[in-house]
Amino acid sequence: MPHRLLRFGLSRKHPEPRMFTRHDALKSGYDVVIIGAGGHGLAAAYYLARDHGIRNVAVLEKGYIGGGNTGRNTTIIRSNYLTPEGVKFYDESVRLWQDLAEDFDLNLFYSTRGHYTLAHTDSAMRTMRWRAEVNKHYGVRSEIVDAAFVKRGIPSIDMSCGGHAPILGALFHEPGAIARHDAVAWGYGRGADRRGVEIHQQTEVTGIRVAGGRVVGVDTTRGAIATSKVLCAVAGFTPRVLDMVGLRTPIYIHPLQAMVSEPVKPWLDPIIVSGSLHVYVSQTARGELVMGASLDPYELHRTRSTLDFVESLSSHMLDMFPFLSEVKVNRQWAGLADMTPDFAPLMGVTPVEGFYLDAGWGTWGFKATPVCGKTMSHTVASGRNHALIEGFTIDRFARYQLTGEKGAASVGH
Amino acid sequence: MKIMVCPLNGPRPVSEFAYGGEVRPMPDPDSCSDAEWSGYVFNRSGSPGTKYEWWCHIASGFWFIALRDTAQDVVIATYAAERARQPMPAVAPGRAP
Repeated sequence: MPHRLLRFGLSRKHPEPRMFTRHDALKSGYDVVIIGAGGHGLAAAYYLARDHGIRNVAVLEKGYIGGGNTGRNTTIIRSNYLTPEGVKFYDESVRLWQDLAEDFDLNLFYSTRGHYTLAHTDSAMRTMRWRAEVNKHYGVRSEIVDAAFVKRGIPSIDMSCGGHAPILGALFHEPGAIARHDAVAWGYGRGADRRGVEIHQQTEVTGIRVAGGRVVGVDTTRGAIATSKVLCAVAGFTPRVLDMVGLRTPIYIHPLQAMVSEPVKPWLDPIIVSGSLHVYVSQTARGELVMGASLDPYELHRTRSTLDFVESLSSHMLDMFPFLSEVKVNRQWAGLADMTPDFAPLMGVTPVEGFYLDAGWGTWGFKATPVCGKTMSHTVASGRNHALIEGFTIDRFARYQLTGEKGAASVGH
Repeated sequence: MKIMVCPLNGPRPVSEFAYGGEVRPMPDPDSCSDAEWSGYVFNRSGSPGTKYEWWCHIASGFWFIALRDTAQDVVIATYAAERARQPMPAVAPGRAP
């Protein structure tokens, strides 16, 4: 190693500032403590500092920045949901995505591709039409297209899908996009960091102190913190944090797996989803196919990978694209999805004063990162739910007023 | 978990089984409060733990109960469905009662 490089490595002075400030100790108190330095938690910190002037904020992360579901999803961004609450919410998110890279001064590789949800049956066509009509009503660009349109958009697809699931048409959603998910966490994190927010990695929350129904502090592996506001944005770890404040919710945890192929030359421009074949796939800027399927079939709190998953997903991929039979799978991984019975999130204020929840993001959370940050920062700052999240509040189950998003949230149900 | 021991059919590959959720005692619908009932309908114990669960051996249509560690994915014991009529003792992780 050249002497100069060694000296540079050991030096405390670097010409380039690091992405995040390192904080050696926790302060004794913060105005707001955010649990989870994923996209959602960091976005909330960013907007709290930028839009609400609340900068005395700590983001606590037991692992590292963006190491949970922010770095494990298949990066699809869309707003073609089924319920009015969902469509309005995700549409606002798609709007926020547009100038995020400029906001951060960081390339998010945001790439608008168009998004096909394939229909192989009459009943699927009916659901697509329903979604298209709800979308159009709220000004979201979605339309029903026929088989010929699908073939023109995806020339390499086998329209019969191996002969057993012929494609009848699709829901086409022009604004469908993909982005580089790690950069989203880094962008929000750096933006929050520059505005005075402290991000503490390797800091696990071990308890939340509640007195008289109000949050008063947080215990961590690096000491106790006094605070009156806690935002929980921990995806698959939500039930464990809820146990700390004694709240019961419908959230249950199943793993969601994904995999990526070796890089190949660009041939797939749009994002393809097939609910019947349990597949969603897109091609990244460097040529890899990113593929996902449905949830693992039973509760589990481990991110292990299974051969069953690769076999069934590969077989369905080959139904659509037989010519991929020689392409190799490079990696597979899993995340812990915090599922809800109606496939809509759980957000907002809770019966514990000062404890705010951004959870129930199951298999649909990445695309909502910006709007979750916006609405949760507003909710935390004002103590009242933002208008856009009123369909997602945690008391909806006791009222039996579910926000049924199952037909549009993910594949395979 | 790759093999599960069905009380009727013995050890079988896990792909032959379907998960049916945690065994949960139902409150008396006539006497419980609205909050208790909606809690029973919707709420779940979402944290990892050693739980009694309903499983079905699909090929034979046989429902039974498994005691499983949901953090490690290890089945500790399986029981015939009659087990559901008895009170379920709390269990320490990784141990059958």
